[in-house]
Amino acid sequence: MLEIKHLTYQASDENGVRTDILNDVSLTIEDRKFVVITGPNGGGKTTLAKVIMGLVQPTSGQILLNGTDVTALTITERARLGISYGFQQPPRFKGLRVRDLLELASGSSKLSREECCQYLTRVGLCANDYVDREVDASLSGGEVKRIEIATILARNSDLMIFDEPEAGIDLWSFAKLTDTFRLIHDKRQATLVVISHQERIINLADEIVMVAGGQIVKRGPKDEIFPEILANTASGCSFMNESTLS
Amino acid sequence: MNPIDSNMLFQIANMKGTPKGAYNIRKDGQLDSRASSKNIEITSKTDKSGIDIRIADNTRGEECHIPVLITQSGLNEMVYNDFFIGENCDVLIVAGCGIHNDGCDTSQHDGVHTFYVGKNSHIRYTEKHYGEGEGTGARIMNPQTVVYLEEGAAIDMETVQIRGVDSTKRYTKIVVGKDGEAVITEKLLTHGTQLAESEMDIVLEGEDSTGRVISRSVAQDDSRQVFYPRMVGENKCFGHVQCDSIIMDSAKIKAIPAITCNHTDAQLIHEAAIGRIAGEQILKLMTLGMTEEEAEEKILNGFLQ
Repeated sequence: MLEIKHLTYQASDENGVRTDILNDVSLTIEDRKFVVITGPNGGGKTTLAKVIMGLVQPTSGQILLNGTDVTALTITERARLGISYGFQQPPRFKGLRVRDLLELASGSSKLSREECCQYLTRVGLCANDYVDREVDASLSGGEVKRIEIATILARNSDLMIFDEPEAGIDLWSFAKLTDTFRLIHDKRQATLVVISHQERIINLADEIVMVAGGQIVKRGPKDEIFPEILANTASGCSFMNESTLS
Repeated sequence: MNPIDSNMLFQIANMKGTPKGAYNIRKDGQLDSRASSKNIEITSKTDKSGIDIRIADNTRGEECHIPVLITQSGLNEMVYNDFFIGENCDVLIVAGCGIHNDGCDTSQHDGVHTFYVGKNSHIRYTEKHYGEGEGTGARIMNPQTVVYLEEGAAIDMETVQIRGVDSTKRYTKIVVGKDGEAVITEKLLTHGTQLAESEMDIVLEGEDSTGRVISRSVAQDDSRQVFYPRMVGENKCFGHVQCDSIIMDSAKIKAIPAITCNHTDAQLIHEAAIGRIAGEQILKLMTLGMTEEEAEEKILNGFLQ
């Protein structure tokens, strides 16, 4: 179980003015649940996910994983305790091949071609074309993103966090990706925390957490929250009316 | 052969025991052992220090190993090795130098390798430099490689120097004939106060000749590296020079690539990049359970692999 208690993160600009990116966020995520975090850009979703992985240190608050306080632990320690994180914009590595990253992620020094193929196929990539390629600038943004997701699948940790996995991915691969998420969830293989704006991903969730202005503004079962989100999309903005669209 | 020699032979030539095919092992300025094969003849030069290697036409799938070992502190040598490679050959030539210096005097190996590669022959040439020893004496290696490729001939050259060598000044010149191809892969890691300079002249002389230089280096601590990869297109040709370096600590790296086209159908490209390890790369590998140090090592090993 993941427990987030009164989490606050403040960032300072160059003039020393402090802004609340996260403001007293508390959240509990039960094991093997599929939770989608959604909300407007700049609302604090990515920061929240990064704080869980240890990529950002909170100003105050606590994070507990299975009852253990991990707030002061390093990224490495949290990774070893079973947290993984799929970056929204993953880095490229000159010299490291797709196979190398999958092996590092899985913790196995030698993955068979077939095992690599399993992970890559689940994100819509053909292993024969990719397994020996370097993860460098010769790959497109969408390809690097799918390889990134494949590394999380290979990592096979108890808590998988994905930051906008759909971003930059083509329609066909996206369909494959949603199937993969569904499969992980159906098998109750891991707790899934996915930041997403995609209806098809949101539809897979058990719960939806809506984050805006650094706070959780809404939270509940998908069937309850999703219709509300759909109803409020775009229409809630007072600056938009029919005349400005014409 | 003592354990030090055996280890150095393994480091520079991946050699365990007597090598396959023709070989010439030079140790501390003297011939240690040699074998010619039916198609590869190795003879000592009579006018200066070094050997001649003659490879018969149509020699294919054979290997030639010519490692050099220096274990005597203070030894300083200059060696000339000439390779005369016939037509239609496909051979692997493994050179390399290991210096073990436990003393306080400088040990230095300077070598000039000249290759005359016949028509339609393809050679793979690897050269590894390795230094070790507890002494304060410097370990210095200054190799020169000069290659003349005839019509349709190709060389795939790999040079590797990972740590251990205090100072190196390398010069490589390759003249590529019609339909010929030169591929040079250079891998270098310096640390401490080491200095490495690599200068290259790749001359694409023949029609439809191609050249490719891939240089990857890492400079750590207070080490310094300087690269001068120069490529000239004298005919209809294609050439690509790519220099990538990772800079760390207080190191300094200078890359001065130059491309010169003397023909309207010469197409040459150069790319040079120097930068530190991106923080995101380290973070990504840490999220896979590696420590910061392990992540850095993995990134460097991958970069130089």
